[in-house]
Amino acid sequence: MGKQATRISVNGKSHARVVEARLTLADFLRHELGLTGTHLGCEHGVCGTCTVLVDGRTARSCLMFAVQANGSEVTTVEGLVPDGELSVLQQAFIDNHGLQCGFCTPGMLMTLTELLRDNAAPSEQEVREALTGNLCRCTGYAGIVKAALDAAQRLRAGSGA
Amino acid sequence: MGAKHFGARVKRLEDPALLSGRGRFVDDLKLPGLLHACFVRSPHAHAMIRGIDSGPAMTLPGVHAVLASDDLPEPMRRMPIPMLTPNPAIATPRTQTALARDEVCYVGQPIAVVIADSRYLAEDAAAAVAVDFDVLAAVGDCRAGIKDDAPRAHSDLASNVVARFPLVYGDVDAAFGNAAHVFEEVLWQHRGGGMALETRAVLASHDPVADMLTVWSGTQTPHLGRGTLADLLDRNLESIRMIAPDVGGGFGPKAIFYPEEAVIPAAALKLGRPVKWIEDRREHFLCATQERDQYWDVAIAVDADGKILGVRGRMLHDSGAYVPWGVIMPYIAAVTVPGPYVVPAYSLETAVVLTNKVPTTPVRGAGRPQAVFAMERLLDRVARELGLDRAEVRRRNFIQPEQMPYPVGLLFRDGKPLIYDSGDYPKGQDEALRLSGYDKFSHRQREALEQGRLIGIGIGNYVEGTGLGPFEGVTVRVLPSGKVAVATGATSQGQGTRTTLSQIVAEQVGCRIDDIVMTVGDTGAIAQGVGAFASRQSVNAGCSAQLAGEAVRKQIIALAARTLGVGESDIELEDGKAVAATGNKPMVAFGELARLAQGIPGVSLPAGQTAGLEHTAYYTPPQAAYCSGTHVAEVEVDHMTGGVKILNYTVAHDSGRVINPLIVDGQVQGGVAHGIGNALLEWMQYDDNAQPLTTTFADYLLPMATDVPTCVIAHVETVNPLNPLGVKGAGEGGTIPAPAAIIAAIEDALSPFDVHFAETPLTPERIVAALRAAGAFERLFAA
Amino acid sequence: MKPASFDYHAPRQLKEAAELLATLPNAKILAGGQSLVPMMNFRYVIVDHLVDLGHVDDLRGIAVIDGRLRVGAMMRQRDLETAPEIVRHCPLLAEALHHVGHRQTRNRGTIGGSLAHADPAAELPAVCLAYDAVLHLASIRGLRAVPFREFSLGFMTTALAPDEMIAAIELPIWRLGHGYGFHEFARRHGDFALAGAAALLDIGAGNVVRRAALALFGVAEQPVRVDAAEAALIGKPIDAALIQSAAAAAWLIEPISDIHAGGDYRRHLAQVLGARALMDAARRAGIDL
Repeated sequence: MGKQATRISVNGKSHARVVEARLTLADFLRHELGLTGTHLGCEHGVCGTCTVLVDGRTARSCLMFAVQANGSEVTTVEGLVPDGELSVLQQAFIDNHGLQCGFCTPGMLMTLTELLRDNAAPSEQEVREALTGNLCRCTGYAGIVKAALDAAQRLRAGSGA
Repeated sequence: MGAKHFGARVKRLEDPALLSGRGRFVDDLKLPGLLHACFVRSPHAHAMIRGIDSGPAMTLPGVHAVLASDDLPEPMRRMPIPMLTPNPAIATPRTQTALARDEVCYVGQPIAVVIADSRYLAEDAAAAVAVDFDVLAAVGDCRAGIKDDAPRAHSDLASNVVARFPLVYGDVDAAFGNAAHVFEEVLWQHRGGGMALETRAVLASHDPVADMLTVWSGTQTPHLGRGTLADLLDRNLESIRMIAPDVGGGFGPKAIFYPEEAVIPAAALKLGRPVKWIEDRREHFLCATQERDQYWDVAIAVDADGKILGVRGRMLHDSGAYVPWGVIMPYIAAVTVPGPYVVPAYSLETAVVLTNKVPTTPVRGAGRPQAVFAMERLLDRVARELGLDRAEVRRRNFIQPEQMPYPVGLLFRDGKPLIYDSGDYPKGQDEALRLSGYDKFSHRQREALEQGRLIGIGIGNYVEGTGLGPFEGVTVRVLPSGKVAVATGATSQGQGTRTTLSQIVAEQVGCRIDDIVMTVGDTGAIAQGVGAFASRQSVNAGCSAQLAGEAVRKQIIALAARTLGVGESDIELEDGKAVAATGNKPMVAFGELARLAQGIPGVSLPAGQTAGLEHTAYYTPPQAAYCSGTHVAEVEVDHMTGGVKILNYTVAHDSGRVINPLIVDGQVQGGVAHGIGNALLEWMQYDDNAQPLTTTFADYLLPMATDVPTCVIAHVETVNPLNPLGVKGAGEGGTIPAPAAIIAAIEDALSPFDVHFAETPLTPERIVAALRAAGAFERLFAA
Repeated sequence: MKPASFDYHAPRQLKEAAELLATLPNAKILAGGQSLVPMMNFRYVIVDHLVDLGHVDDLRGIAVIDGRLRVGAMMRQRDLETAPEIVRHCPLLAEALHHVGHRQTRNRGTIGGSLAHADPAAELPAVCLAYDAVLHLASIRGLRAVPFREFSLGFMTTALAPDEMIAAIELPIWRLGHGYGFHEFARRHGDFALAGAAALLDIGAGNVVRRAALALFGVAEQPVRVDAAEAALIGKPIDAALIQSAAAAAWLIEPISDIHAGGDYRRHLAQVLGARALMDAARRAGIDL
């Protein structure tokens, strides 16, 4: 029962696979493709650790089946550093102590990537509201919020805006 | 020598890999031939197992085995998991067997395990395993469980009482008899979990050629785990290696040894293939240990000026169905009550009771939040009744810095007198009050009231014993490559162990932080270890790093002096090189020295030369290191909905000398977030039959980014005189007094209505109910 | 928490989707998946077939026709949130959408999915009730139009036949210059509401209320219109006291009670939030309160 051919582009690379329909996108990324940067924290769509971008929009990869992403473009945390050099956002996380155990961090980065793409100058409240779809148990969020605001400022400065 | 790394906000070494998705958590590890596990668990809180039928499950695709208790090797099959903290006071030292044999005592208790080609297939098969139960009455509440006619949590035990112990000093009867005022409070804090974002995980693999059993576990205590596993398998300790790789948060529940950590290795041994088990969140809600359920009935006796004469009371602690960590948690709670105050007489009767819920073991704070809640609520009551300012009442009762070291009057859990080593409680409170604008608050409060807004402020003080023993070792070794290898039994679940220990070693040895290659949490790298809990690693591993680093420093200097032909006092160490301060400043690199220290085969070493440049230190602290702090919470309450918003949060935090302020601030901020959760949101609920009701993140509420403000944090460093670094622990202080401060602030905001609260979490519904009972809504609605 | 096995179908035409739903045994629609997939992961829901409507173009689109806003059932909540037609013609819907879950769930979740799932605490069913929306349902038997009051039948129960899907939702557009208000109370940002209120007011000369709609969610097993409150408002000049006494009628609702909140508290919240929503609606209609 339930095997399906599917073709998904992940971080710019196309993958054709035959998978069980019930294989979640998260498990496809982690185990079929070995991209273990995307994590699973709850598998019921609340904690946000599994957040990826699907066709440019954040999605909880534990709530999607890989077959639903057929023909789509998926971006994971590994896709944020294609050439190995850390992005402005990732560097801001280091500078502002935005992570401790690192488990929620990839999801945070994907959510903030979407936020900063759509809103180059978010307020602190806007950053906090955008982050409510991602839980963190270690940091108390302060470092993450600082990192987001810091990154936004650096990106604006860098782009000459 | 000026400190270069110690005390600096050094950026974390752990970050780049974690940020690029290159973390190595247990589920990220792949081994050839890997099989996957799913446990069959009890749906009942209390039942006898009559039979297990795994026949249908075995026929499903991809299933390799279904193991029940009798399929496990001896002694694991029948041996209860050893309790690491024995205490003669414990009447019922019950722990679980790896798989349940005849009786299950909490929902989720593991009964059998399915091993299959994938987790998906293993779950299919687990659903097909049929277990026949005789359901028994369950104890759902420790207040019911303590009664003589209560159902038995374990069918063969005559009583549900695990232990009763009094803690007494001073003349309590006289104190209460002579007091100007006596006030009583009945208080309750609910059950909550550590709720790390990474669930538990175990991967086991046996190499038959070397007969080495390697277990990767998301544990805080790999050395302890290895020891327990060796006992359960009756294997030579050296034939087991336990590794804690990247671990996504610990917070206490991952410090204990779980049945799954025994069963998965046993399965790997039996099947001759690696086996991995990744807990799902639902299992975590059922089976990961929890904490906080305590009922307190306490009274305080004060004189006419509000000075404490004595505190007495009773405390009831819900142990859950087993006691894997004995009674240390209720004991810690009981000895934490006096806190930073002079309490001339004290008496607390504690009863620890079994229920048919998952066991309770330390969760960040470990019993102290409950104790602090009791004491701080009592002091707020004194202030209110006597018409005194709440900060002033506390000021009048503080232990003064001149009184350090201060014997509290109790014996700590190690049998030694509980003595605070250092601390300046008045200074800490003054600093927190100053930063939070406490003195001007009543003016702001009046202004807000005129605008129809209800704001309030609350204070919470605490003293916390950290840095508990017995030890945590560090090995420092200079390699011929010039790198400095460091190994430690300390572990990391996000607290930046690698970074802080690197700072200490680099400071001592004179190398660059980047040249340190560190192994944490691997029993193969260092012979003895304990692990992370009770905010102990800065003290234990930090001091070992200091001592080992110092020793290696001396070795380097001695060898460099001999090599360069100068006096030892002429040698300076910097960035991995030994430089002579004389002449044209000749130098020799550490790598070269390491090579020299290896000697030449067949040739004796020169006199005074050590074998290699290395040292292992196991610092053993003489007693706990006492942290303290003051929290000031400012809240706004919407009295129509009961909604609470935290406007500002200030912390004055004393954790001794600070190794890395960036990391300590992060621990405080994270701890406060957990405390906010305990105060307002987190509640693991069960029904009367001990069935868990909150088993998802939709039901159990963790604080979000909109719930936790950025704290204002001040460091008040009182140096610990008892260890070489002067450090204390920092992991739990953020959590401990938070509920007390927040509930006090809510009461203060609602002072026009004169309502009072004695339980947490304090939900909006409870607030509205209290306001309604106080007549707050009569004018507003004709209901 | 892995789901049980199923077969997956991704039709591209509405007709094909309808045929699949009519012929496949134990089949369910996959819309956004934000409510269904968690239940499948818990194995509370076990299906043999999933029919993914995500590629059916006929189920998308926004159009204004004859004073009504028509929205395709598979429109993602995020797309509706930012759609200029909705902000302009049905601002109550735009406002409510900000409160629906989180950005990640709105990126995938659909309006049709939310209405079909019919969670008592959901925002979109209440908004549709406030507007007296008409739902267009499709099956192999054709299309039928069902007013929302007849669509919502009880606790997580709708008039959808087992093989039927929502194709489109039509919201009648209120007069330019009408007022709207939306308030909900949840434990945390984006959580399911313990109670919430969606209000529409059309206010005429002399500040007299010409039309009023007050829908409450989270309080009862399904969203409810507070008819008594609306009757108390219509034909009267609006002021704060009138709003308070109208909103008090929310106490008459038969509430639900669970571990998140008891019935009396929900009714209390309903009164408070109903009043706040009406106050906002009045202000937005240009009344100075």
